Amino acid sequence: MMTFSPELEQKFAKMLTSYPEGKKRSAVVPMLIYAQDEVGSITPELIDEVARRCEVTALQVDEVVGYYSMLHRKPMGKYHVQVCTNISCLLVGGMELYEHACKKLGIGHKQVTADGQISLEEVECMGACSWAPAVEINYDFHHHVTPEKLDQLIDGLRKAQ
Amino acid sequence: MPKKLYNDPSPLETRILSKRFGLDNSETLATYLANDGFKAFRKAREMKPEEIIEEVKTSALRGRGGAGFPTGLKWSFVPRSSPKPKYIVINADESEPGTCKDRLLMEYDPHQMIEGILIAGLALDAHKGYLYIRGEYRYLIDHMDRAIAEAYAQGYLGKNILGTGFDFDLYTHSGAGAYECGEETALLDSLEGKRGIPRMKPPFPAVAGAWASPTLLNNVETFSAIPAIIRDGGAAFAALGTPKNGGTRLLCVSGHVNKPGVYEVPLGYPMLKFIEEIAGGIPGGKKLKAVIPGGSSCPILKANECDIPMDYDSLAKIGSMLGSGGMVVMDETTDMVKVALRIMRFYAHESCGWCIPCREGTTWLRKILQRFDDGGGRSEDVGLLGELSKNMLGRTFCALGDAAAMPTISIVEKFAEDFEKRLARDRQMVAV
Amino acid sequence: MAELVNLTINGQAIQAEKGALLIEVARQNGIEIPAFCYYEGLTLQAACRMCLVEVEKTPKLQVGCTLPVADGMVVHTESEIVRKARKGTLEFLLTNHPLDCPVCDKGGECELQDMVFRYGAGESRFAERKHHVDEQQWSPVVYFDAPRCILCYRCVRVCNEGMGVGALGVANRGVISEIVPNRHDYLECDECGACIDICPVGALTSGSYRYQTRPWEMTHVGTICTHCGDGCRTTLGVRDDKIVRGNNRDHSGINGEFLCIKGRYAFDFVEHPERLQSPMLRNAQGEFEPISWSKAFATIAGQFEIVKDRGGKFGIIGSNHTTNEENYFLQKFARQGLGTKNIDHHRTGDLATFFDALSGKNGALATTADLYTAKAVLVVGADLAQQHPFLSYQARANFRHHAAHIYTVTSGPVREDNQAVASVRVAKGGELGGVESLREKLKVEGDLVIVFGDSIQGDGVRKLVAFGDSLGIPVKYVCLVDYSNSRGAFDMSLIPRDGGMSWQQMLAAKDLDVLWVVGANPLKNATLASSNAFVVVQDLFMTETAKRANLVLPAASAYEKNGTVTNVCGEVQKLKQAVKVMGTKTDLEIMGSIAKEMNLNLGIWLPDKVFAEIRRTVHGYDVPLPVVDTGGAAPTVPLNGRVPALPGAIQSAGDTLFTSGSMSRYSKILNAVIESPGGLYGSKGPEVSAQSPTASGQTPGGTVQS
Repeated sequence: MMTFSPELEQKFAKMLTSYPEGKKRSAVVPMLIYAQDEVGSITPELIDEVARRCEVTALQVDEVVGYYSMLHRKPMGKYHVQVCTNISCLLVGGMELYEHACKKLGIGHKQVTADGQISLEEVECMGACSWAPAVEINYDFHHHVTPEKLDQLIDGLRKAQ
Repeated sequence: MPKKLYNDPSPLETRILSKRFGLDNSETLATYLANDGFKAFRKAREMKPEEIIEEVKTSALRGRGGAGFPTGLKWSFVPRSSPKPKYIVINADESEPGTCKDRLLMEYDPHQMIEGILIAGLALDAHKGYLYIRGEYRYLIDHMDRAIAEAYAQGYLGKNILGTGFDFDLYTHSGAGAYECGEETALLDSLEGKRGIPRMKPPFPAVAGAWASPTLLNNVETFSAIPAIIRDGGAAFAALGTPKNGGTRLLCVSGHVNKPGVYEVPLGYPMLKFIEEIAGGIPGGKKLKAVIPGGSSCPILKANECDIPMDYDSLAKIGSMLGSGGMVVMDETTDMVKVALRIMRFYAHESCGWCIPCREGTTWLRKILQRFDDGGGRSEDVGLLGELSKNMLGRTFCALGDAAAMPTISIVEKFAEDFEKRLARDRQMVAV
Repeated sequence: MAELVNLTINGQAIQAEKGALLIEVARQNGIEIPAFCYYEGLTLQAACRMCLVEVEKTPKLQVGCTLPVADGMVVHTESEIVRKARKGTLEFLLTNHPLDCPVCDKGGECELQDMVFRYGAGESRFAERKHHVDEQQWSPVVYFDAPRCILCYRCVRVCNEGMGVGALGVANRGVISEIVPNRHDYLECDECGACIDICPVGALTSGSYRYQTRPWEMTHVGTICTHCGDGCRTTLGVRDDKIVRGNNRDHSGINGEFLCIKGRYAFDFVEHPERLQSPMLRNAQGEFEPISWSKAFATIAGQFEIVKDRGGKFGIIGSNHTTNEENYFLQKFARQGLGTKNIDHHRTGDLATFFDALSGKNGALATTADLYTAKAVLVVGADLAQQHPFLSYQARANFRHHAAHIYTVTSGPVREDNQAVASVRVAKGGELGGVESLREKLKVEGDLVIVFGDSIQGDGVRKLVAFGDSLGIPVKYVCLVDYSNSRGAFDMSLIPRDGGMSWQQMLAAKDLDVLWVVGANPLKNATLASSNAFVVVQDLFMTETAKRANLVLPAASAYEKNGTVTNVCGEVQKLKQAVKVMGTKTDLEIMGSIAKEMNLNLGIWLPDKVFAEIRRTVHGYDVPLPVVDTGGAAPTVPLNGRVPALPGAIQSAGDTLFTSGSMSRYSKILNAVIESPGGLYGSKGPEVSAQSPTASGQTPGGTVQS
């Protein structure tokens, strides 16, 4: 049995009553993504815990994990840097920005720096097309990101530790 | 504090849905109420449900998520008299490449959307709504939670709203990164806690949707348009646009333009005028090469096809779509091979994998395009790309297969010379 | 009368029920519409897109497996556009499918091969790199090769819907979608192998069968599984006189679709090295010595004659898994040949009281088919999924396809609870009270089948039948008995009528002179009081009882002989000999030879001849020969008036999915499964959720599963 922070426990308690009677399964995906923020990744233990709370089998939770891009079985860094290279960002230098990020951090797609602090992912359209190039760090959006601005952001993350 | 908008507005806009963007504290209930907020709800409460639906039909509002289905007609499919509970599901999955408008509607004017949802509830005898927001929009989920809490606190959600005797509960529900979950029935499966796999139709969601109950599913912008329609009348809304394409819509323009951004214009606004005068034209005086009119799923337009009014029917007539309103502008320096590749990488990554043509076809096409882009292209590849795309078109379980096939077919047919140029260049390199 | 519509397929005028699925209507009229994911009896998927056909006046190709036929519909299934579409879909499918045919078990019976031969796409334009993942082993009997998988989802559905277990799921997204087992990298399930047989390609393969042969190198022998009382057809694949696999792909038996792990895999006890292969006599030193058959027969006949002449006491214990012919012959030998009434077998259900309570009633015995068609099924004191998996399957299929009402009254949770309208938990022995509590619900059912286990005995049976009578609706019954021919053993009168001794009494009798045990193991948990008794044992292995014998005779198993067996519902079916094990003889031949040695005239000991006599003399067994001879199942109705009570206790064998008396101990496969990580759940059952974990499942009626 796992427990989460008081805020998260409260959120989960409310979540489980939001859906119709007997439909706790609906909470599986939101529960996984919120819990991932605290646990770090979708571990087998977390899968069992979510299955228990949502009254489904572990298989039914396991099936779902690999389908959703934002759920990771291995932990990402404390700061997960997501760089979009889809069409709108591509046209204004998104690919070059991503390659710059790879060089700056010394890691590739879905990899984590050795100190576990920063991870990188080439992502699909995140809904910032008109303000491209776009980068999301954890859940924070950054617009009009140039390589210089990205350097500043990453340096800022490193200072923050 | 006025929220700094992500781009400056344009004086050429017709701001109906976005009229409160930029106002002080535009996201609060107080600002909303001070600016025509909840007038429509009170009016709708006095109308018969059939009258509400009729008003929406008159407005000629069409789904703003991408498919452009007439909204009033969709509402009329939900059996109001069914003994099962009816649900309203709001599609805030906004993942179509090129699209970033629902984000703004939630961020700057959440209560407008809430009011639209409530009016739908009145029309359909629905009392529960689920706001399905893509996982990447976490800050907006938190934002909507606050707006919803504010509405509850002041009696605009929950039991006996504004003393009208009407109850409605609204919940947010997070996605976790899947484009296919923007598809209506796949969204419902995701809402039910499963993988986002689309469903067979019939039964349609209106009859058997969320948890096998009658469900209305519409896009954020569609619901956001409802208060204006009820408040000022469907006819007024319809008159802003063109026949059968009523009202205004938020268009997102991105790519090679001087003023990329989200702008609200009436349906039927001329595309070239939009690009030149609202989006500021193409930087560096370059020539226009291609336009994706409404999200990457649309067949791409050549520059000489862009002199058209932007509404659903006009774009359909020339073989493309108004879609999600995500317009992407490409200038003469654009390598269409890279565009085709990136688009197919997206669909291959996002294909849910349920059916053979899309699952295998998108990956095969991606591999061909990747090899082509890497310099290993063969002359037969261009024909092959078109043929394989046509083998997907109309054969797949849901529209994602078409969404992958259509742009690819249009690119290889309209921009064959980009592919030929690459082949020539590759041959040259080999020869050296 | 259902409404009929007229439509045209390929120019052929066809009449069909309105709303029937196009693919089914076509198939019924001899027109094949290919499909991978469509499978009769499972929910519709519309995933493979192979069944796309042309329907006039519609712009897109239509999905044949979900399209209901309508009046005036004009369909083309072989037009140019349809052929091209099929070829295109196959070409897509083959892009990642590895060219494993030379080493893949499925070669020769592979649906993908068949489709490619028929519809083209044998040469691919795919010039890229295929996506590869390594093969996985999910259990001793289940191997999964992901690259071969075409994601038709049949395995997921048959496990979830058909078996009610739900051990397989679909994970990931897009082209890396994969079938996954419920314990991440291994399976905790019934190990029934249904997923392997339903797989159209070689993605799921059998651990016991792999790499051994090609399908066309085997002879296929359809016989009846020897492990439990359900009477499932298992088609044994035999190569070079060795059984290499069992399955039911031809759907030829009463079990149609279904087989459990025992029917599919547990044939390997046949070739266990410890099979007895020579008659053995205990010598003066007390050790077993191999002897010839003729010496064995002479010795036995000699002993029997001595005891018979001096009026000594015989005790004959027959078998639950020998054939009707053998049982009939044995009791005839006992009563006519030896003049004794002391004949019994391990009785696992109170058939005596059951038949007595039902005497004179018509239509009171349920067949296995009735469990699929009845409006309601009540399960009392039995865990069908463990002990009668086919009956469990029928009830569940009835629920899935006909929305039948299932009721369970048991002392612990059972799998049928998931489909039940009402489940009543009672203490063991309190079942009748639980049944009574369902009276109001049951009496408004259209009809009812009551299935009960050994906790209902003696007077309990009468009370249960009285309850059924009092409901005022048609009621049929199944009295559960274990082992493949328990019902047959009773019907052939291997029972201590007219004052004979029960087997417990035989073992307790200090003055017992002869104990003749055929295919039974009474001394497993009991002792023989008479220390001087001459014990003759006919069996497959050196069981506990054989160890006590004076003379042991190596017998043939059910897979090595012909004859008939009667299943738990009274349906009689023919066995067909698949192999012969050196050194053994059938029990019938052994008994016949002893009779000959004793100059007894008990009739010709050939199965067909004995069966002819059974048909003439055993009440209820005058079944039509064409039905039985062609591999069918004929219901027997031995209700013949009052049946006196029998002495001796009745007790179920308590077998599970992975055990069946002494034979299962010698099945390497069953033991491997029991010892595997997923196999220990045995009695408690795998974790099953009441919610159906199908991948976007919809019932054929069109409602969405939630």
